[in-house]
Amino acid sequence: MQEVVKRYADRIRAAAAEKKPLRLRGGGTKDFYGEAPRGEILDTRDYSGIVAYEPTELVITVRCGTPLAELEAVLRAQGQTLAFEPPHFGSGATVGGMVAAGLSGPRRQAAGAVRDFVLGVRMLDGRGDDLSFGGQVMKNVAGYDVSRPLAGSLGTLGLILEVSLKVPPLPFAEATLKLELPQDKAIEMLNHWGGQPLPLSACAWAEGELFLRLSGAASALRAARAAIGGESVAAEDASSYWRAVREQTHSFFQGGRPLWRLSVPSRTLPLELPGEQLVEWGGALRWLASNADARTIREAAAQAGGHATLFRAEDKSAGVFTPLAPALAKIHRNLKHAFDPARVFNPGRMYPDL
Amino acid sequence: MNESFRLLDPVRQAAVVKTLRAILPADAVLFEQEDTKPYECDGLSAYRELPMVVALPENEEQVARILRACRLLQVPVVARGAGTGLSGGALPHGKGVLLSLAKMKSILALDPVARSARVQPGVRNLAISEAAAPYGLYYAPDPSSQIACSIGGNVAENAGGVHCLKYGLTLHNVLRVRACTIEGEVVEFGNEALDAPGLDLLALVMGSEGMLAVATEITVKLVPKPETARVILAAFDDVEKAGNAAAAVIAAGIIPAGLEMMDQPATRAVEEYVHAGYDLGAAALLLCESDGTAEEVEEEIEKMTAVLKRSGAYDFRISQSEAERLKFWSGRKAAFPAVGRLSPDYYCMDGTIPRKRLGEVLRFIAALEAKYGLRCPNVFHAGDGNLHPLILFDANDPDQLRRTEEFAGEVLEKCIEVGGTVTGEHGVGIEKINQMCVQFKPGELAMFRAVKRAFDEDGLLNPEKNIPSLHRCAEFGRMRVKGGQLPHPELPRF
Repeated sequence: MQEVVKRYADRIRAAAAEKKPLRLRGGGTKDFYGEAPRGEILDTRDYSGIVAYEPTELVITVRCGTPLAELEAVLRAQGQTLAFEPPHFGSGATVGGMVAAGLSGPRRQAAGAVRDFVLGVRMLDGRGDDLSFGGQVMKNVAGYDVSRPLAGSLGTLGLILEVSLKVPPLPFAEATLKLELPQDKAIEMLNHWGGQPLPLSACAWAEGELFLRLSGAASALRAARAAIGGESVAAEDASSYWRAVREQTHSFFQGGRPLWRLSVPSRTLPLELPGEQLVEWGGALRWLASNADARTIREAAAQAGGHATLFRAEDKSAGVFTPLAPALAKIHRNLKHAFDPARVFNPGRMYPDL
Repeated sequence: MNESFRLLDPVRQAAVVKTLRAILPADAVLFEQEDTKPYECDGLSAYRELPMVVALPENEEQVARILRACRLLQVPVVARGAGTGLSGGALPHGKGVLLSLAKMKSILALDPVARSARVQPGVRNLAISEAAAPYGLYYAPDPSSQIACSIGGNVAENAGGVHCLKYGLTLHNVLRVRACTIEGEVVEFGNEALDAPGLDLLALVMGSEGMLAVATEITVKLVPKPETARVILAAFDDVEKAGNAAAAVIAAGIIPAGLEMMDQPATRAVEEYVHAGYDLGAAALLLCESDGTAEEVEEEIEKMTAVLKRSGAYDFRISQSEAERLKFWSGRKAAFPAVGRLSPDYYCMDGTIPRKRLGEVLRFIAALEAKYGLRCPNVFHAGDGNLHPLILFDANDPDQLRRTEEFAGEVLEKCIEVGGTVTGEHGVGIEKINQMCVQFKPGELAMFRAVKRAFDEDGLLNPEKNIPSLHRCAEFGRMRVKGGQLPHPELPRF
């Protein structure tokens, strides 16, 4: 495998020398996400496989090209899981792409995001240097935490070769409930339940229906069902429902209108915007399928104290990500320069000057 | 251990005082030795240095102006919260300004519905949970110094605590950090939603030891207080058995709310101090806590008990009341002061290791006790592999001090060798800076320095901490030539 790393490093050095951008790509399942990819493809799938797995240490170290489905199967065999439920968006999804995209699924509200589970990385920077940060242990504050910010960096800082992830056990039991509620009431109740010691692990509201997933000890689930009420959803239907939300195969996501992702404080009242909404993460994530103009949507998100991302759209001329404040943008440019001085990695994928 | 007093330049001091007095009231700028003395060290008192000037801002605007002024004057700035840190991260700079954030201690907002609190950096960790208690909420990370330590310091160190296996570190419980850069610009990392646009700089700033920016406002997450909690106190006749038992609990699919271990010397030291009723004959004690609803806890305690039994625990006690639970914990929580009574000084280490190497590392430490003629009880966050060996010594005896330093250095390097890290939660500060040269390759250290420059081009924020210079690693390498092979052979030698 070391020869693959060497090949990647040589390729990066050559690209840096010629100032030719590289497009870091695994299975290409997230090609739709972010600004348009540019550059010559560097396929990360050649560097694949599990480096080390210690279930009792709750840690796995995986190469970037490993299929995400394979990683999940290996964990499941040991009763463990990726608690943040990353979406695959296709059968080819790889571990490197999962970390670089930094997207988390329904369980994020309870468990945390991708970055919360990253313990360490091995990466190639824009000079082709092979660097390791963080480690394979749960607690580590030696040096700056360079590994976690790679989650969601869209490959703009470096090529993630290997990642060590914290892998918690699967919940002992799960149950899904369905309640009929209008959006404002659903958001109110989600915030109310969020403040109670209830084992809520996911929620999704769309078209007047609120689905809630409970995860934990069987006894805790019984108590929570009594406290929340609603109608029980059969296990099979529940798992296909949550898969549809996570993978965006739910009918809400099929409309063809631009899909916006609004990340807002959980208690934000229903956003008065044209189009349809699907609410997740206890109210903190609002999907919006809408033809409304970008400025209106971004203003509404900012007003609420959050931000809006143009998640899927044919026309991305309005910019995918919310622009950064000048002081923050400057730090971004400086960091890009520190990691990738020749700007070879996925230039423009996040912001034009990154 | 390393008292490097820099020569004070009175002219420069006067210039800095004059500049700061234009920003702060006269009583918020300290420079007389009797006034600056209380700031000469943090919780790692073996390292001391008098700051040239101490500044005590009351608000963000003052912090921004101070930083801007210091940058113009090219004066180093060391931010300080409550000064409880254990790695010398807030050790002052003799030619710099010590920026105390102690006056910024207001809880600005507490939103029980959104379950978050917006606080100033000087607010004590425990004060947040106290303020949230009426709503059935609390702030989860609980470092043992939580009565005194400030949230700003917790952010600077990415502090943990005995419950972080289940509830996460500071990183996992902070939504947003508002901070001033050395240029005096206010920036926000993260926001009050669950994520923010751009790179995840919140993660980068977390644990950066005040070297990238100075936090002026922090939004923390509050979580519902578990309905109840119970703890199992299990006794083992062998330390490795106890370590394996901790692994077995996790292998059974359980994430305990707390999973802590003490070896016999630690148990004996604390028992004398707190009278928790510990079994003094045990080679190791394991504290294994469950929290949640009453039903959930009962179910989990049953499962954990079965696992511990199978793993060879010879005695168990399960707390039957909240008072008893606190009593069982009292010894672990008081481990540091209790051990402190055994000896004039103690030196607390903070390595993290893969749990499966525990037996090997403890045997290694026992061998070093004999080698250096110093005692070293151990307390261990068994759930996450974070080890706190406590070397007992007398700082007034220079030879003991030297032996302690060498002892600690060997332990830290062992932690790296077994695949761990030199610091799990206390930070590098000044204390472990040499070992950073062992843990990281030159290219990695160079990247750390580049990250620092991305925020602080002139290197004025908390200089000479956390990330060693090339020169320092070369010097350190020269001191510890092993097998004729110099580390960092690529470096020029002076």
